[in-house]
Amino acid sequence: MTRDAASLYRELIVEHGQRPRNVGPLPEATHEAKTENPLCGDSVIIQLLVNSDCIVAARFQARGCMISRASASVLSELIVDRKAAEALAMADVLAVLVDASVPAPTDAGPLEPLRGVRDFPARKACATLPWEALRRALAGAPVDPAGPRRSL
Amino acid sequence: MAARDLGDEKIDVSAVRAEFPAFARRVNGRPLVYLDSASTTQKPLAVIDAMRRASEATANIHRGVHALSVEATDAFEAVRAKVAHKIGARDPAEIVFVRGTTEAINLVAQTYGRARLRPGDRVLVTELEHHSNLVPWQMLCREKGAVLDVLPIDDRGDVLLERLDALLARTPAIVAISHVSNSLGTVLPVAAIAGRAKAAGAVVLVDGAQAVAHLKVDVEAIGCDFYALSGHKLYGPTGVGVLWGRRALLEQMPPWQGGGDMVVSVRFDESTYREVPHKFEAGTPDIVGAIGLGAAIDWLEAKGPDRIFAHERDLLDYATRTLESIPHLRIIGTAREKAAVVSFAVGDLHPHDVGTALDLEGVAVRAGHHCAQPVMDHFGLPATLRASLGVYSDRSDIDALASGLERAVSLLSGRTR
Repeated sequence: MTRDAASLYRELIVEHGQRPRNVGPLPEATHEAKTENPLCGDSVIIQLLVNSDCIVAARFQARGCMISRASASVLSELIVDRKAAEALAMADVLAVLVDASVPAPTDAGPLEPLRGVRDFPARKACATLPWEALRRALAGAPVDPAGPRRSL
Repeated sequence: MAARDLGDEKIDVSAVRAEFPAFARRVNGRPLVYLDSASTTQKPLAVIDAMRRASEATANIHRGVHALSVEATDAFEAVRAKVAHKIGARDPAEIVFVRGTTEAINLVAQTYGRARLRPGDRVLVTELEHHSNLVPWQMLCREKGAVLDVLPIDDRGDVLLERLDALLARTPAIVAISHVSNSLGTVLPVAAIAGRAKAAGAVVLVDGAQAVAHLKVDVEAIGCDFYALSGHKLYGPTGVGVLWGRRALLEQMPPWQGGGDMVVSVRFDESTYREVPHKFEAGTPDIVGAIGLGAAIDWLEAKGPDRIFAHERDLLDYATRTLESIPHLRIIGTAREKAAVVSFAVGDLHPHDVGTALDLEGVAVRAGHHCAQPVMDHFGLPATLRASLGVYSDRSDIDALASGLERAVSLLSGRTR
């Protein structure tokens, strides 16, 4: 197993980390959550617009390391136009992909940019943080978009 | 063992490194560049060998009449005397063996602190404290209804001494300060602070974890009441440390952990406690660890502490100048007097990303809050990168850090394909 800087910070992670997709607030969100890792200062807010169990829009705001921001960016592109259950299934694939203690999926499809995290167990929590926010957002009660905004 | 008269002879770092098995290690296919001594130091063969020998035929201390027990007791008590001498303590009975600095501070908080504090009393710490010299006092204050005051720092990382008198006017019962900041490298004016604190009626504890390896410590010259240190920051093993305390205070303090070795006579209705320091050393201590600590002190004395300190000052200066010349690199902590630590940030790259990239080059630095979240908050940062020096560190380590940083920045900016 070679732990080469390029394999982790390969172009796509740097790309997503430097030019993340879907950043910013989503005023019309129906589901939202925030997760934080106080040990390293990473935090992610995910906001979703869910309509008939389909994720119509997703935005995130991430502070912290490149891996957490890149993971949030990859996530935000992948879950749009998917059912909540599909999005959660992707979260399960990601959890296995970055966990070096279990066999890796041979093809992680669109999650491939994050495969390199396996070689850096110390950074696993950075990659999974946005997906934890996703789980929490989907598990929570829908937010009324017209109602008072809960400050995250 | 008396130090040789080494005069102006500079320390031969490559000879020193040869005494450390750690430097035979390769990390990720590269030689180890270890710049994390503030987390823990590597151990020389002299320490490893002393601990191996002490493990070969063991006996418990203080209890036996047979030869091995007498040998173990003598060896253990010799280390007590050695530590006393190293830190300028008058009496080995003022040296209490504990697990480390954290345990030493908790011991004082839970015995002296608990007995002394009343609701509304105050404890003063600085903004620089490692969590181990902060959380025990927070816990104590919460338990006793006391108030924690904080002596702030400026943006260079120096404590604001001009605020001290106002804080001492609140007559804190306890003043707890670091000798050297592990996050910024600031050397605090501990003698000056201790003098003023004692004049205001406080008892003064100094957290010396980061100091003992890097500058001369003399507890009588500092004038504090307690001083805490860890073996593993001094080229000794983990699991052993020391609390120095003024004899009169230790004698007044209630015991801490109860058990064997800290009692004179035990009956079901009552037990009587031993004299200091044994009153605070319940159970079997880390005997092998203490032997290792003694060997580390011997090793340092033989190398000449003044030469080591001079070498580290020179190297810190080199490291600071080298890092300052890297574009977008900002040094965090530029106090008037610093020891052995350079904290820094690179552009808006997260320290964990840079730290991981450096790790791949075999360069070990620490990326994080360094158990000093209030310091990070002061600078508005979640974390910094920290390079820290030891006796075995040299300019090639700093050069490797600098070139590693340049490659890391290229990679993380997407400039390397």
